[in-house]
Amino acid sequence: MNIHEYQAKAVLSKYGVAVPKGKVADTPAEAESIAKEFGTPVVVKAQIHAGGRGKGGGVKFAKTPEEAREYAKQILGMTLVTHQTGPQGKKVKRVLVEQAGRIKRELYLGMVIDRGPSRVVMMASTEGGMEIETVAANTPEKILKEWVDPAVGLMPFQARKLAFGLGIPGELTGKAVKFMVALYNAFVDTDCSLAEINPLVLTEDGDIVALDAKMNFDGNGLFRHKDIGALRDFDEEDPTETEASRFDLSYISLDGDIGCMVNGAGLAMATMDMIKLCGGSPANFLDVGGGASAEQVTNAFRLILSDAKVKAILVNIFGGIMRCDIIAEGVVTAAKTLGLSVPLVVRLEGTNVEKGKEILAASKLNIISAADMGDAAKKVVLAAAGRAN
Amino acid sequence: MSIFINKDTRVLVQGITGSVGAFHTKQMLEYGTKIVGGVTPGKAGSRIEGVPVFNSVYDAVKATGANASVVYVPPGFAADAICEAFDAGLDIVICITEGIPILDMVKVKRFMDGKKTRLVGPNCPGVITPGECKIGIMPGYIHKPGTIGIVSRSGTLTYEAVHQVTTVGLGQSTCIGIGGDPINGTNFIDVLSAFQDDPKTEAVIMIGEIGGTAEEEAAAFVKAKMTKPVIGFVAGQTAPKGKRMGHAGAIISGGKGTAAEKIEAFKAAGISVSEAPSDLGITLAKRLGKKIHE
Repeated sequence: MNIHEYQAKAVLSKYGVAVPKGKVADTPAEAESIAKEFGTPVVVKAQIHAGGRGKGGGVKFAKTPEEAREYAKQILGMTLVTHQTGPQGKKVKRVLVEQAGRIKRELYLGMVIDRGPSRVVMMASTEGGMEIETVAANTPEKILKEWVDPAVGLMPFQARKLAFGLGIPGELTGKAVKFMVALYNAFVDTDCSLAEINPLVLTEDGDIVALDAKMNFDGNGLFRHKDIGALRDFDEEDPTETEASRFDLSYISLDGDIGCMVNGAGLAMATMDMIKLCGGSPANFLDVGGGASAEQVTNAFRLILSDAKVKAILVNIFGGIMRCDIIAEGVVTAAKTLGLSVPLVVRLEGTNVEKGKEILAASKLNIISAADMGDAAKKVVLAAAGRAN
Repeated sequence: MSIFINKDTRVLVQGITGSVGAFHTKQMLEYGTKIVGGVTPGKAGSRIEGVPVFNSVYDAVKATGANASVVYVPPGFAADAICEAFDAGLDIVICITEGIPILDMVKVKRFMDGKKTRLVGPNCPGVITPGECKIGIMPGYIHKPGTIGIVSRSGTLTYEAVHQVTTVGLGQSTCIGIGGDPINGTNFIDVLSAFQDDPKTEAVIMIGEIGGTAEEEAAAFVKAKMTKPVIGFVAGQTAPKGKRMGHAGAIISGGKGTAAEKIEAFKAAGISVSEAPSDLGITLAKRLGKKIHE
């Protein structure tokens, strides 16, 4: 789960991470009064879940409260297009108005979970403001890393190693260590999956602050952080994906025209691959889970049919614990209640498969049955192209 | 022979009194697995499907001589359950639970350091040695005793592979789901190495998916150490970047972890790659020079 910059800064500052003074504004008048309160100059920053906001015109430097008001007026309500939003862009609903300090140096600091060693790793680089992926690809030697032993947490000596490696002056080492340790504490305490301070800045006044902040959270950890869960902004998410998550379905929108419903993530990905190999294009990834109920199958169908691009549907179920007859009943009920407007190809295998096939056949619905997943993919691609099987 | 589990494996079910634990206890018993005890703190003295329940893994081991456990404990408590099983010195712990916070697994891995117990999973279908022992949630009847080892990050896609192996007239020595989470106990290399050393395993099917670099590392191992034929598939060739495809581990980040890179690594290691997931059985039969029985 992602949150906005202003939310991430609020979370981080609770743990002692230094951030600039700022407040979020919904209107130009609020932006002006915040600028008056903190004193100018200020930076007015669009709050959307995407990077590259500055290049897209979503970050402005205001010398007076009036300017802050004017920039907020420009930014609020604009559709901001960056390299991370896609061509459709994202509508800006809020701006963060922040006191602007004089920047001496821009650095990078980030944390992720490194799968190989199964540890949290803190990464630092002198290339502040650049995307870490680009730095990693072109100049990997410029990324310093410290892996954290979860038994003791980030040790001050590790933070010092990073600070000296970044060339932070000796008199600021203490502040740097405090910053990094606080960032680590925030990371583990809130079940983060990624935290990025880019840029981390050294100011002319001798401070170290997070000029930008990005936090992603592990969805599996949210059950123990109701406060973090409350920061979720549904406007930033694909509405169909949000709807799917309400029913415990794992759904991702794609560009194609073949709707897919599969049990199990691996089989769902393999089914999409199979469709592509047969010359088609999947409209979605949809995993109904290992033990889906008939009701979930109905909900899954509703989601697939809500996508106007869908020209044919493929159901691929390998029933293990989930019985094929239950799935077949769910498919029939869903098709009847929702009204099936496009061709439906069903491949069933596994527990009670014969019973399941009988239920589909007895339904008198126009269901194309398939022998195996290869056959199913071929048939659905033909059906989507409007050709008979 | 087989790897990790066999007819003599004595299994505890952690979380046996929950609905999922109780359901699968029944299924495993019906398959013939030696389920010798269950663990639910505070429920000692009761019985589930005739299996005695204990308060702790220690009590259960002492009373039953168990050497393995399977974890069906809910995600918030699963890390604790795994560590308890490790502390009790079992040979193998198989964690089925899906949705364990990743930072809990970071701690579990630290706790595992220096201990002899093997962890399989979490978020996996389990391990089965057909005809001998089934530990997990897979449908037992699709398996057939044989000589093909299967290792996979996925659940139902493993069933698909098992089904295809059986359809071409072959059977399985042991099938292992290592799980779809980014941090897990047993990796591809652990399993490949065990299959290489198992006299009964003739060939291996390895099913990977997008995300991380486990497949690339496994391919390097195959190239360097394996003499047995390996057949591979990588799911997620059509997955978009930056989206988590159901499994927490299945995400292409920073352009890394794509299916194309993994398939390339497989091919370079001499692994026979099945381009289509529906051709796993045929690719296997061809590699072994066997006629296909339809």
